Amino acid sequence: MRRKEDDRFLHGRGQYIGDIRFPRMREVAFVRSPVAHARLTAVRIPDLLRSSIFTAQDLTNVLAIRAVSPLAGFQASEQPPLVIDKIRHVGELIAMCVADTRAEAEDIAAQVVVEYEELPAVVDMHKAQEPGSVLVHDTVKRNIYLEVGFDGAIEAVAKAAPVKVTRELRTARQVMSPIECRGFVAQWDTRLSQLILHGATQFPHVVRTGLAQVLQIPEIQIRVVSPDVGGGFGYKAILAGEEICLCWLAMRCGHPVRWLEDRREQLTANANCREHHYVISAYADEQGKLLAFDAKASVDSGAYSSYPFTSAIEPSQIAAILPGPYVIPVYRCKATAVVTNKCPQLPYRGVARPNVCYAMELMIDAIARQIGREPYEVRLANLVRPEQMPFDNVTDKHFDSGDYPEILRKTVDAIGVPAIRARQQRGESDGRLIGLGISIFSEQTAHGTTADGKRRALYEQVFARLTPDGRLEVRAGIQSIGQGLETTLAQIASQCLGIGPADIHIKLGDTEVSPYSSGAWGSRGIVWAGGATARACKELALRVAAIGAAMLQTDVKSVQVRDGSVFGPHGSVSLSDIARAFYLAPSDLPGDIDPHGLEVTGGYAPSRLTGVHTGSAHATVVAVDPETGGVEILDYVVVEDAGVLINPMIVDGQIHGGTAQGIGAALYEEMPFDTQGQPLASTLADYLLPGCPEVPNIRIFHMETPSPYTEFGQKGVGEGGAIGPGAAIANAVNDALHQLGVEICEIPITPRRILAALAKAQRGMARSVASP
Amino acid sequence: MKPVAFDYERPVTLADAASLLGQSSGFAKILAGGQSLGAMLNLRLAQPDLLVDITSIPELTAVTDAGNDLEIGACVTHADIEDGRVADHFGGLLRQVAGRIAYRPVRNRGTIGGSIAHADPAADWLSALALIDAKAVVWSRGGIRTIAVADLVVSSFTTVLQPDDLIQSVRVPKLSARARWGFYKFSQKAGEFAHAIGGVLSDPARGVFRAVIGAIETAPIVVADATSLFGGGFGSDLAERLDRTSVLQRLNAKNVTDEYIRSLACVALKRAAKQACAS
Repeated sequence: MRRKEDDRFLHGRGQYIGDIRFPRMREVAFVRSPVAHARLTAVRIPDLLRSSIFTAQDLTNVLAIRAVSPLAGFQASEQPPLVIDKIRHVGELIAMCVADTRAEAEDIAAQVVVEYEELPAVVDMHKAQEPGSVLVHDTVKRNIYLEVGFDGAIEAVAKAAPVKVTRELRTARQVMSPIECRGFVAQWDTRLSQLILHGATQFPHVVRTGLAQVLQIPEIQIRVVSPDVGGGFGYKAILAGEEICLCWLAMRCGHPVRWLEDRREQLTANANCREHHYVISAYADEQGKLLAFDAKASVDSGAYSSYPFTSAIEPSQIAAILPGPYVIPVYRCKATAVVTNKCPQLPYRGVARPNVCYAMELMIDAIARQIGREPYEVRLANLVRPEQMPFDNVTDKHFDSGDYPEILRKTVDAIGVPAIRARQQRGESDGRLIGLGISIFSEQTAHGTTADGKRRALYEQVFARLTPDGRLEVRAGIQSIGQGLETTLAQIASQCLGIGPADIHIKLGDTEVSPYSSGAWGSRGIVWAGGATARACKELALRVAAIGAAMLQTDVKSVQVRDGSVFGPHGSVSLSDIARAFYLAPSDLPGDIDPHGLEVTGGYAPSRLTGVHTGSAHATVVAVDPETGGVEILDYVVVEDAGVLINPMIVDGQIHGGTAQGIGAALYEEMPFDTQGQPLASTLADYLLPGCPEVPNIRIFHMETPSPYTEFGQKGVGEGGAIGPGAAIANAVNDALHQLGVEICEIPITPRRILAALAKAQRGMARSVASP
Repeated sequence: MKPVAFDYERPVTLADAASLLGQSSGFAKILAGGQSLGAMLNLRLAQPDLLVDITSIPELTAVTDAGNDLEIGACVTHADIEDGRVADHFGGLLRQVAGRIAYRPVRNRGTIGGSIAHADPAADWLSALALIDAKAVVWSRGGIRTIAVADLVVSSFTTVLQPDDLIQSVRVPKLSARARWGFYKFSQKAGEFAHAIGGVLSDPARGVFRAVIGAIETAPIVVADATSLFGGGFGSDLAERLDRTSVLQRLNAKNVTDEYIRSLACVALKRAAKQACAS
């Protein structure tokens, strides 16, 4: 089925924050910190502009953002919406300026003088933890938000293991880059005494809850509306200072105010993610079967714990999911979230999964090279087998279903391993080197609690109403951020009620008209909102069946709801006739009709809350130019088992988009900082994103192993595409460069990194020749 | 970000443009396509009082056959050249270069004169036009003068042009039928600014054997007599004869110390030589 929402998107009729205009709306620009770490001593404002500029001193009655994890030992940060006395990263908000246009607001901002005493910037996550390091927060000892881990008894196994491989691995700090940056319009409705915030967000209800806390007003006085969202990826699953300031301003000034984030703000001040560092030792037998795995991981979490997912999410994810789909007998891992003077690290599509997949899969290839086996054979020797399902792994992750060896075999077949090995033997006429890389992973999707263990909204709820003209209105608190929920929820409703999708209208994104939802994150939409839609529509089906049976003068047990009608033993009545009778001609109905009528709020949670595991493997063939360091992707295969597919085209779209982002992580995307904590890429000319020419034709193959725990056997699939590419591409490049004695343990793999590694290897060889 | 407030004028004669530039006491910017200036305005890296849009001046979009040269108006777009609306007397060199500049939307608006006046060292025209020994025809109230493109740029984003100078056109020498050229640009992704540029041109009928090394974070290195780079004249084994030491010495002279740029420069030149031989 084609996507219902595409008609408006493809005809330019979508509505984004940037399209919204209200009468008397004014624009906001922020004064941001020019330095990474300093004591703020004064904010000087020209007298004439006093009424247009607001600082922390004005924001009375607004609390700091506190994103606290319940995990033991977590040290929380206090993030005031505007800096009070200490600046902790470049781009931090210092003052808010309002004017009729954004350009004028920026003119005003340019006249604000920020005075400060600079402090040494904490930029390196390892130095940050050293005793004697400057503290970013006086209250966060050793600059550590959280240390988590597993403490398996490694030593004895390690000592006896015939194969030991140790690597130090890095993934660069990236920036989430949806086409639409963040943006909000806030206004105060005097009739309703209500703050109305229009904002591009993945979870309007969570924003509402968070705003009520920091603004200290009842939730009932806040309405959050999210129109169409031009890409989320986690960047719109936060509550940050800009929207809090905007809401405060709207409540104070009485006219609508808007802030639209520009690309420079997004790149340099806001959207950071993904900076991890690993030191890993893997222990195996001669065949590559893993005996033990020992990892130390650090995450550069930046200056603040972000709301609501906290800075605990990445380290706790790392420690829990690093083992991936492998059977690891003994496991030790310590993962640390470190405070630095960079902007807060936010949860980007996959949230630590791309990084741990990269780390684990590079280790597997390194083991394979050391023992001289095909990497996929080493994978096969260690993957959890289908007969072990359901399987509880070494970190107590519960795998519900899936056949990982078969996923890998299909991948190996599809990419054509023997032909690639033969081609490598032959060599290329243009001097390029061919490499094959594979990654396989398990994506824990749709879990009922956040990864930090904090439970949010035990049930997802969806409201469904049969309207008097016989159409179906479905309202959900989850938000569509491009994943096609208006289509897939309609498909599910249609299946349960027999109403054609064209007559089903899905309404999303408004706290005022939808049940509470923790929103779109964690690849949960199709499982949770899909399940809740089914529950509501199935309940509605029972009610129309009762009315239909009454109208057909037959027993309810003898009727069926299908194809838009209720069928009895002798004849049928359409749902539109049933709706018309219920609403407009109740005298035709008997008196014992269910008083709840033809509207239902259905609640749903999967029968286990530990998530359902989607399995996937990526394989790629690359050509590496050893003279320029250029990498071209020649072939790309994804095999994905996301359970029962509701809409295969949408699943393919999710995989395409995610894979493109993963290619960015593998080859292009990096936000460098200098030693003073200055971000060095401030435009998309410096921060490289893959474009159409860089994204190959992605060949997708599906398997459908139903989950035993979900309504239709479906599993989540939103993040998976982004998880596999970093590992697969890095393995492919290393496979290509192996013959030159080079292995690169860092992404993105840029031409500069490749040439530097080759030059280093060459110097090493020259030395070893010179001194035998 | 949004630009600062500025006045905008779109004169239709060179004289009017000059007088606007003269009145503005140095805080005017010439808009010739805006593909770099637009971004600089939005980032407030440029904060002019006045923007003089010169794209409506007929002389600046004209293309004139001047015998041995083709005179291409400063406001001729990259797309005009890419699509063949400008006669190709250059064995396809200009068309290839134009077609690989950034992305099509940039090529639709970006102009040849604007590009060299902006003097981004990684820009394609700077190296390509220096290679072919084009001259910038510069208009000022004092009269018209020509400056070789190779001499136009002093360093990154800095030219010898004065505030009221205006590049009117680019005079490009026509290549003879037997000319050979190679032009190699390396970028990490399509449309990105070059990480390295190498160019080689041999036109024996006119006694020309030139080379260029570009995108080196300063003005390109133009080698007017490329025999010194290749240990002799043009020949089928040109790429193999590239004297790496000679390239590196020239980079030393320009203080290019980044090993990445240095090694890519050698590769780009070698590949340009290879392409020239194969053409």
